Amino acid sequence: MVESTYIWDLLEEVSDPEVPVLSVVDLGVVREVSIQDEQVYITITPTYSGCPAMKTMEDDIRKKLAEHQVKKVIIETVLSPAWTTDWLSENGRYKLKEYGIAPPENEVDKSVLFSEPTRVPCPKCDSTNTRMISQFGSTACKAHYQCNSCKEPYDYFKCLK
Amino acid sequence: MQETLFQYLLRLGDDSLILGQRLSEWCGHGPILEEDIALTNISLDLIGQATSILKYASEIENKGRDEDKLAFMRFENEYLNTLLVEQPNGHFGDTILRQFFFDAFRKPLYERLTQSKDKQLSAIAEKSLKETRYHLKHSSEWVIRLGDGTEESHDKIQKSVENLMRYTSELFYEDKVDLDLQQKGLVCSLKDVKQEWDKTVRAVFHEATLKFPDNNWSFDGGRQGRHSEHMGYILADMQYMQRAYPNMKW
Repeated sequence: MVESTYIWDLLEEVSDPEVPVLSVVDLGVVREVSIQDEQVYITITPTYSGCPAMKTMEDDIRKKLAEHQVKKVIIETVLSPAWTTDWLSENGRYKLKEYGIAPPENEVDKSVLFSEPTRVPCPKCDSTNTRMISQFGSTACKAHYQCNSCKEPYDYFKCLK
Repeated sequence: MQETLFQYLLRLGDDSLILGQRLSEWCGHGPILEEDIALTNISLDLIGQATSILKYASEIENKGRDEDKLAFMRFENEYLNTLLVEQPNGHFGDTILRQFFFDAFRKPLYERLTQSKDKQLSAIAEKSLKETRYHLKHSSEWVIRLGDGTEESHDKIQKSVENLMRYTSELFYEDKVDLDLQQKGLVCSLKDVKQEWDKTVRAVFHEATLKFPDNNWSFDGGRQGRHSEHMGYILADMQYMQRAYPNMKW
């Protein structure tokens, strides 16, 4: 008999294909794991509507579980409640910074129009003298910043609420 | 099947799909690398939203046409997107202004649809709204930068305004589809959305030193499947693989 804690442990080993330092659990895309009569049900949620990594994550989850003889798996995608960066685990935030990606500042622009970009400390030197290069970075979930102090260009895992 | 809900979802989904397809044409052609990436990111969000919306439309229709079939196997007159989203990319200013008009419409629309009694529609709206806020921020900042920029950038985007404003009244078009669903509490009135759109556009135009056109000439037809000549070319491009190799899988 498989326990759901065992499944959660295995999911910790499945990484986000676009930010490989994070597991799907750190990222907060796994919402629920339940087991009924040997059948494993996993509920996942996309970070962004068009996130091209969702299909890969689903395949990777199946592959990982199959390697451990868990083969009866049903994965369902739900949209609500919508994913926000609050679903990112503390551990995930720490891992992001270590990896050189600034974790989301818990600040979302109140007014959409005419607001200043979020101040994001440099993940290398912690300086707050940084600037946003572009709101849209290498993947849907990131913006592009540069540090004015150490000149390091870096990704910012942008806040979504 | 709930016919009106299906129609409504096609209108919503086709707007996202066709604008997403249009924006994807910028891939590799952006004026600067950051904008190339931004426009294609927005395109990706829109196509993702279209996937969710058309998937739900397919469930409502319940005729075995999935979201891909709906996207790739319909004829031109079965697409219900507005004429605005199918207009050519033109120069960067044209694209940005078209995007701004659309984002300023989509944000208040999604805000209201999160209150829909239809759980799936409200979930899609809640998800998409978060992305749309970033889109609006991006497009409105560029409209200001170009409008209040150099003489040349100002003149160019002012011309874009003259050209594209004609396609905006259709965004707020309402017919029996909307009225039926409004009565059931599934969708919102577009009159309120229009008010907010006006407010946003006025505020941004003011900053951007842009003027509203003198005339209020406008086009419509997209919501009934009557499209401009540009639509056929988009579909020829988009549907090529499925038309050439029916049911092929990637």
